[in-house]
Formats: sequence, structure tokens, C-alpha cells
Amino acid sequence: MTKQQANWSPYDNNGGSCVAIAGADYCVVAADTRMSTGYNILTRDYSKICKLADKCVMASSGFQADVKALQKLLAARHLIYQHQHNKQMSCPAMGQLLSNTLYYKRFFPYYSFNVLGGLDSEGKGCVFTYDAVGSYERVGYSSQGSGSTLIMPFLDNQLKSPSPLLLPAQDAVTPLSESEAVDLVKTVFASATERDIYTGDKLEIVILNAEGIHREYMELRKD
Amino acid sequence: MHSNPAKNHSLVGPEAASERTLYPYVTGTSVVAIKYKDGILMAADMGGSYGSTLRYKSVERLKLIGKHSLLGASGEMSDFQEILRNLDELILYDNMWDDGNSLGPKEVHSYLTRMMYNRRNKFDPLWNSLVLGGVKNGQKYLGMVSMIGVNFEDDHVATGFGNHLARPILRDEWHENLTFEEGVKLLEKCMRVLLYRDRSAVNKLQIAKITEVGVTISQPYSLKTFWGYSAFHNPTVGAEGSW
Amino acid sequence: MANSTVDLPHKGGFSFDLCRRNDMLANKGVQPPSFRKTGTTIVGLIFQDGVILGADTRATEGPIVCDKNCEKIHYMAPNIYCCGAGTAADTEAVTDMVSSQLQLHRYHTGRESRVVTALTLLKKHLFNYQGHVQAALVLGGVDITGPHLHTIYPHGSTDTLPYATMGSGSLAAMAIFESKYREGLTREEGINIVVEAICSGIFNDLGSGSNVDVCVITKGNKEYLRNHLSPNPRTYVNPKGFSFPKKTEILLTKITPLKEKVEVIEGGDAMEE
Repeated sequence: MTKQQANWSPYDNNGGSCVAIAGADYCVVAADTRMSTGYNILTRDYSKICKLADKCVMASSGFQADVKALQKLLAARHLIYQHQHNKQMSCPAMGQLLSNTLYYKRFFPYYSFNVLGGLDSEGKGCVFTYDAVGSYERVGYSSQGSGSTLIMPFLDNQLKSPSPLLLPAQDAVTPLSESEAVDLVKTVFASATERDIYTGDKLEIVILNAEGIHREYMELRKD
Repeated sequence: MHSNPAKNHSLVGPEAASERTLYPYVTGTSVVAIKYKDGILMAADMGGSYGSTLRYKSVERLKLIGKHSLLGASGEMSDFQEILRNLDELILYDNMWDDGNSLGPKEVHSYLTRMMYNRRNKFDPLWNSLVLGGVKNGQKYLGMVSMIGVNFEDDHVATGFGNHLARPILRDEWHENLTFEEGVKLLEKCMRVLLYRDRSAVNKLQIAKITEVGVTISQPYSLKTFWGYSAFHNPTVGAEGSW
Repeated sequence: MANSTVDLPHKGGFSFDLCRRNDMLANKGVQPPSFRKTGTTIVGLIFQDGVILGADTRATEGPIVCDKNCEKIHYMAPNIYCCGAGTAADTEAVTDMVSSQLQLHRYHTGRESRVVTALTLLKKHLFNYQGHVQAALVLGGVDITGPHLHTIYPHGSTDTLPYATMGSGSLAAMAIFESKYREGLTREEGINIVVEAICSGIFNDLGSGSNVDVCVITKGNKEYLRNHLSPNPRTYVNPKGFSFPKKTEILLTKITPLKEKVEVIEGGDAMEE
């Protein structure tokens, strides 16, 4: 018999874009809900945003099976943390845990592109951005996934943050108000959907602030 | 340098030394499934392909799992049978608690997801796309898992060629309040298109229904087809003067 | 002067001058450039009075949409049109070339072009290039012998069909045709099915998108319905708009003026010795 598919690959790219923006007293995390493979849409309604702790959410695109495994692992680690410390993990702590978890699989990586958004111990917005093997950085805003090459330059233009080389260190959070940030997120996704074939269907926006977690949705192009 | 000489001089080549599925042998093609008013409907044909040879014609690819779940499989049929063995064990061990609880479709789907993902992590995949549907406590559930562990839920799903041919139809015509008759009609429409356009599909299929009450898997039957277009009658007449 | 060594301009056809160099580069692992592809849905069907062609309007380059509203239904002759999928440059070049040959043929014969003529010219060209001219076409038209619809594959094989689809969205569109097409459709019904098939490609295939173009060809008449349907408007525009005030920051300003005078050394002593 002839070989039908001799080249099996353990990875797939299920597409999608993620954005996170930190403000003085809020954090906005957003992702589209399209899940695709090749030129096919698998489903139009798959949430890429996962709540890891009370003040910490993660948006991830890439290979869905790896993303799901990563989410389950972090959820389990967070449960253990709660049992040991009797409190929720802080966002910076979760940031370090995520980095370690990704680097642990350095030679068979989780094919997952994450942004972590939340509030730090002072209630200030914080965003961590990652590569697939755990290199990470705290920033004021970030974008990951298939549309990131379209979104990031726009965010840079609108929200140019102070250079990390400046001394004394400047605050990385953006000067926008919460509603301005939400408007900006809606715009970048509507724009990315125009030009990136893997981004579309619906936008899920998660807003963290002193009042708690709040979710909203916006329709995107479905073609 | 220190490799095993027996391995290098093996007549059957390096692939024989490996235990994993490098490529599938006997395969089944698409499974299509939808939610409808009272539960889940699932359809699959009964062909078993050996490469491009139609080797088997009575392969049952829709199976009942426990009390509340229905599993449909495309891909390597022997791997499917191994999955069924694992699930049988899972259900048996769950019954042994004798606590009146039973695994629902959500639990079985989760188990399948982990099983598929685990095997891909070992570079020893189960060469299947699986569809899992069921009803428990009035909750309808319909999900899918791929060979490498990609999984999701939706109102309608399809594997393999069905993803290309059936889902466009389902996205157009599916709605929440389909009756049983409408649901079967919709599935038959999808299966007919697949029959026309998927070379490994055969005109012998089963449709399974699962509701709160229980499961029925239909007897095998065929669809009516139409080949009477006048353009099919004498194709050369349409391009007279060319070759 | 039997052997002219003068370089004459090409008489036509492709230049293969760099093939050997390109092979060498490919062997050394250099990636060839990517081309603009029309990851596409194109369709056609025969109805009671003629032929209807349809196409989406998205052109892609990898995962990026490079044209949101391109034209994929190409003119071949007044009574023949052709939808193209594949590499944009190839579909455009091959249809333009054949349409000019058809025009010349019409001047020569003084008769309306036939669809088989276009078909034969296209398939001969494509077969010659063994699939390297990456054009997958749906050719439709009405001539003296009636309505015709053909598909042409990049390698030069052809089909004669009552309904046809091509491109990455061909399966999504064919799903509609296989469940809804019948013989003797009216004009309205025909257009509706074509639009439905293209929409199926637009919404289910990521390579296809944006708007629906339709072309209805009947005996002695044609109607090109550019952007017949636009089902994908932008979903959000910021009510306040955006400003882009931040220019490149000026860190330092220093102006060095060009020298205003040229100094001329007096005297011509240097030349004398």
C-alpha cells in the first residue's frame, strides 16, 4: 500500500490573535474566537482567554491542544498554591510560573503564544508577554498570535511606552483611560481581521479593574 | 557509530523496528454529527478503505459508550478498536464503584482528549478523528478530538472531508429547533454530497440518535442518487472540436 | 554575415536565462520568493438561457490579504468570460494572451469566437508548461453552438460540466451545487445559487473572502455584476477616530551648510614645467 501521510506532525497552528493593555488601574485582555486549521474554520466560537487567578488572565494562540494542556497545568499548580498559601497567586508570580512552565518544555515546546494580563499587588495593570519557550518581559501592552505583526506597530504608534533603558525606570503602563483602551482594542481587531485570514468571527474582551472581572463581546468579519 | 548492526542490516528497513503508526492501513472516512431538538444525531458510512482500495463494506463506525454517549470515528480502524477497548475498561471501572453515578459525554470527551494528546506526546499517535455526542441531565453535548489532541465543542461537527463539504451546508441550514425528521434530512443531504465528492465514501450508511431516553443506531441503508444530467450523457458533445 | 552576434530582443515567450542559476541557489537552500495567489472560490453553472460565472474578491499572500476587492472574472471575448484561480500573474497573463489571440482570430474570420477555441488555446498553453503556469480556470460563454462551461486545470486537462467550481473554496461551493443544482434553472434561480456557492466559499474557506462578483452571459448579451453582493463590511470604526501625532523624535539639530565658494588657486605655474 502507498503511504497516505508519511509526514506526521505533532504540531498544528490553530491561528488567532491576542492583545493585552495595562493602565494605571485596569488591564484589558482581548482575543478573537476563531479556531482554524489550514484554510478551514474548525469553530467560530472558541474562547482563547483563560482565567488563571482572581486578578490574572491569560490569552493564548498557537496550537490548541498545547494551549489546553498548559491551561490545565497552570490551573492545577494554582490549586496547589492556594492550598499551601491560602491565597490567590499574584499576577507577577503567575507570570514567573508560566515562564518556568514553558521553559520546562524547551526541547519539545508548547506551541503556544501567550499574553498574561492582570493587576499587581498595588492594583496597577500589568502585562507579561512570552515566546513559546518561556522568554518573558513585563510591558505596558503587547500582542501575540497570527495578527500580531499587524497589531503591534499600531499599538506602538498609539501607545509608545518609555524606553526600558531610561533611568530612573519609567512606568510602563499606558496613559489611556479604560474606555479608550477598549476602543483601541476593538479598532485593532477590526483592522487585523481585514487583513489577517486567521483572525475573525468574534472578539472577546476581558477587563480587570478594582471592581473585578468583566467580559464583553464584539462581532468581527466572518470571511 | 555504536549502532546495533542487526538493525542496520535488517531487511525490512528501519520502519519495522518502530511500533508506532507511521501511516494508516484500513481507514474510515467522514463522520457528521449535529445537535437537534431532543439530542444528538450522527451519521457515518460503512466503507473501510485500504489505501485507495475499498476493502471493507460493513464497518460500524458509530458506537455507544456507557449510557449517555455516542462515539463516531474516522481514520485508522484498528486504532479505533483500541480506543473502544480503553473506553470499555473506563466504563467498567466506573461501574464498579456502584455509586449510582455514571460518566457523561463531557467526561468521556475529556478522557478521549487526554488520551489522544498523550499519545501524540509519545510520538505514537492514534490515527483518528473522533466525534463525541451525548445527552445527560437534559444537557446536550457535541465535541470533536483530532489525532494530535485538538478539541472543541460545537452545535455541529464533521471529520475529514466532512469538514470541507458538510460543514458549509450545516453552517447554512442548521438551527437549534431541528426536529428528528429535519435533522435526519439534513444529515442525509450532507452524506449525499460526500458520496458524490469523496472518493472513499460508499452508499451504505448508518445514522445514530441519542436522547435522554437512550440510543438507537439505524440499520445500514442507501441514499437515492441522481446521475441523469444531459451533460453527463455524452460529455464530448460539450467540447466538440477540442480533445 | 551569417552569424549575427548582436543580441536581439526576445520574440516572445518566457525567458529561461536564470533557471540554472536558480537551481544552484535552490540547492544551496535559498528560498524562492512567494507570489500573490488568489486563494479563491470561483464557480460557474449553465442555466436555461446561458451561463453564469461567479467569483469572490480576495487575493492573499500567505496568511495576509493583499487585495480585498480584486477582479477574478476575466474578459476573453464579448461572449466569453473566464474565472481564474492560482497565481494571480499566471491567470491574468494567460487569459490576456488568449483573449488577444481570439480578437485577432475574429478580425481574420469576421465571426464570433467559440468557447472551444478559447478552451483549446488555454489547454495547449497550459499543457506546454507542464503545470508551471499555475492557472486553474473556469471558462464560460455562449456561442453559435449554445452555452458552454469548462474547467481547466494547471496541467492542461479540461472538463465539460453543467456546474463547476475551482480554487481553495471549491469544495465549499460544490457542496451548495451538489445539493441545489438542477437543469433548466431560470436566471434569478441561477444567480441565487451562484451567489450562495460563492458565499459558501467566502464564509467557510479562509483563502476566499470579501465580495461576490457575478457575470451572466446569454445569447448576444452579457451582464457583468461587479460586487453584486458585499456581505463583509468593517465591523467597528472608532467614533472618535485616531490621530498619529508622534513623529520621529528630534534629539539633536545641527546644520552643516554646503560650501558656498569654490576656491580657485591663482596662477598657472603648475602647468608650465
